[in-house]
Amino acid sequence: MLNFLIRRTVFMFVALWAVTLISFFIINLPEGDYVTAYIATLQATGSMVDADEADNLRIFYGLDRPLYVQYLKWMKEMVLHQNLGFSFEYNMPVTEVIAERLLLTMILAIACIIFIWTVAIPFGIISAVKQYSVWDYLFTFLGFIGLAIPDFMIALIAMYMFFVWFDFSPGGLFSPEYVGVPWSFGRVRDLIDHIWIPMVVLGTAGTATLMRITRANLLDELSKPYVITARAKGMSEWRLIMKYPVRLALNPAISLTAYILPYLISGSIIVGVVLSLPTVGPMLVRALVAQDMFLAGGIILLIGFMTVVGTFISDILLLWVDPRIRLEEGAS
Amino acid sequence: MVMNSIAKIFSKGNVPVPVSQDTNEINSIELATQRQLIWRRFKRHRLGFAASIVVVLFYVIVLFADFLSTAPPVDYAAARGYMPPQGIHFFHDGNFMSVCEVSGARNMESYLMEFESDCDNTQGISFFGKGYDYKLWGIIPTNRHILGMKDETVDPNAWIHLFGTDKQGRDVFSRSMHATRVSLTIGLVGVALSIVFGIFVGAISGYYGGIIDSILQRIIEIIRSIPTIPLYMGLSSAFPEDWTINQIYFMITVIISLFAWTDLARVIRGRFLSLKDEDFVTAARLNGAKTMRIIFIHMLPSFYSHIIAQASLSLPLMIVTETSLSFLGLGLRPPAVSYGVLLKDAQNVQSVANMPWLFLPAILVVLVILALNFMGDGIRDAADPYQEV
Repeated sequence: MLNFLIRRTVFMFVALWAVTLISFFIINLPEGDYVTAYIATLQATGSMVDADEADNLRIFYGLDRPLYVQYLKWMKEMVLHQNLGFSFEYNMPVTEVIAERLLLTMILAIACIIFIWTVAIPFGIISAVKQYSVWDYLFTFLGFIGLAIPDFMIALIAMYMFFVWFDFSPGGLFSPEYVGVPWSFGRVRDLIDHIWIPMVVLGTAGTATLMRITRANLLDELSKPYVITARAKGMSEWRLIMKYPVRLALNPAISLTAYILPYLISGSIIVGVVLSLPTVGPMLVRALVAQDMFLAGGIILLIGFMTVVGTFISDILLLWVDPRIRLEEGAS
Repeated sequence: MVMNSIAKIFSKGNVPVPVSQDTNEINSIELATQRQLIWRRFKRHRLGFAASIVVVLFYVIVLFADFLSTAPPVDYAAARGYMPPQGIHFFHDGNFMSVCEVSGARNMESYLMEFESDCDNTQGISFFGKGYDYKLWGIIPTNRHILGMKDETVDPNAWIHLFGTDKQGRDVFSRSMHATRVSLTIGLVGVALSIVFGIFVGAISGYYGGIIDSILQRIIEIIRSIPTIPLYMGLSSAFPEDWTINQIYFMITVIISLFAWTDLARVIRGRFLSLKDEDFVTAARLNGAKTMRIIFIHMLPSFYSHIIAQASLSLPLMIVTETSLSFLGLGLRPPAVSYGVLLKDAQNVQSVANMPWLFLPAILVVLVILALNFMGDGIRDAADPYQEV
């Protein structure tokens, strides 16, 4: 078990490091550097910068140094001062710009996972226990549709239907009076009122996946001798199913969460744009279009971190839920 | 998005096993080549087979996009903006098929064009009629289209807009045909590239095993644990402004396949692991064949079908990725036409509610993605009916 923990932890740190490399690469991808962008903003507001001053600025920010020195400097700032650079568009440090949006992205992702679990597991169980029933076919059909239609298309269709049928456009995560105000009880309730549409839209594919996996695993378990034995001994059907096979079939539900998470975060970017949510998605698109690279790189870095840490947590959860992994690792 | 692994689960319990009673058929099964066996099994997978017909139809569109179009995809005419789809009338005024003449006038309050169909005056249209000039496959100059005006003297009030027009008055149907060409070929090129990556990494990983395998597997795991859409966005936003459509098109396929090869690599690695101790591989090795020869001449052909199955399951994923990127404005840009570029027009609810025909390309996207998934599923089942999930 310790072995497993150590391996996963090392893996997490390597993955985090890979994310920093990729983010730094993306920050440095566009032509020109920080100073070019800075000068462009200054010129836009009317002040002129001459070539000498530009060179001085480059030396000041260390942009004349080789790329790996810049990377180490950027890493040092990030680790020691939680400083991800400066956003030109917002004229604020990147961390301040994205703090709330990142939190909302995280809340949305967690809400999605809860939604996926609460819908997929019961439906998957019903599908398996009542195999080839109307419910089974219905859920299978819905699962296929949910899987095949890309997230942003579901978002568009949902928006269209709400607009045509209920004459209101679902956008954002808050009512106007709660946008940009400090957190309060009312704001949380407002968030709960609004979050369900993006949650359902984003969770469809994951729900379909998990439902199928639960069904397949449970079907495997249901035909095993221990189930027949318990049934022969007169255990009540539902108690039997819930107590043994379902418990076993749930393990993949947790390991699958780690697998779904990157897709969920990817999807939240596009769904965020379509439904104009105050998550990091629309901000990332805008930052990339405006070439506000520290902001864009910061967002990519942090959502990468979020995903990697989320994957790690679900691995640990699996360790806690599934004794087989614990024992196997402990024995070796 | 999680379709590849999902399709594996869907296929469970859905496995067609060849059943045969009479001896003739048994003999033919014994004599049939691997390819014939796979083909037979695939035909039994009804859903997969039906889906493959839809896929073939879509690739017919890819080949004949210009022929199927009724108007040049980039020709704009502001006076025809947001025109609703026209129906084709059959057996009207002595014509087998005809469209009503449409006249438009600008509403001076909303500044939108308002159109009125005048079905007393119809224009006959016919199959293989004449339209705009184009070169079929870039070589054969022609002006024949699947639908064209019967009367060659062009009436200014007669057009064929089966899916209506967009804001600039461009024909949505013709644009959809061209978008199909672009989006579906991006998928193909991307899959081809990731097959190359996937075979290379998968073969090394599976054949050598040991420490090389562990390292490559960890790298794949890291790539899979990072959300890809933000990365694609970051990379594609760095394309210089002055790049041509073709350059952007090519780079997008490269970027997408840069991360999409991992699924293929995993499948190929698994096959290599299970095959490397087979007798025929040992025999080849004892005969002094070089490693590369063993991998590419002896081992790889024995699971071509798996590669094809996995590739056809990656195809819809690539198409969705390209569509998403272009939809966000970070992939292909106008004047290029792809599904994403078309759907960008449908991003605004108001415009979709008033002009629902802008949403028609979405139906094509859903259809092609569903069909590709079912087909890939069918091929995989046919390739290896006894494969454990």
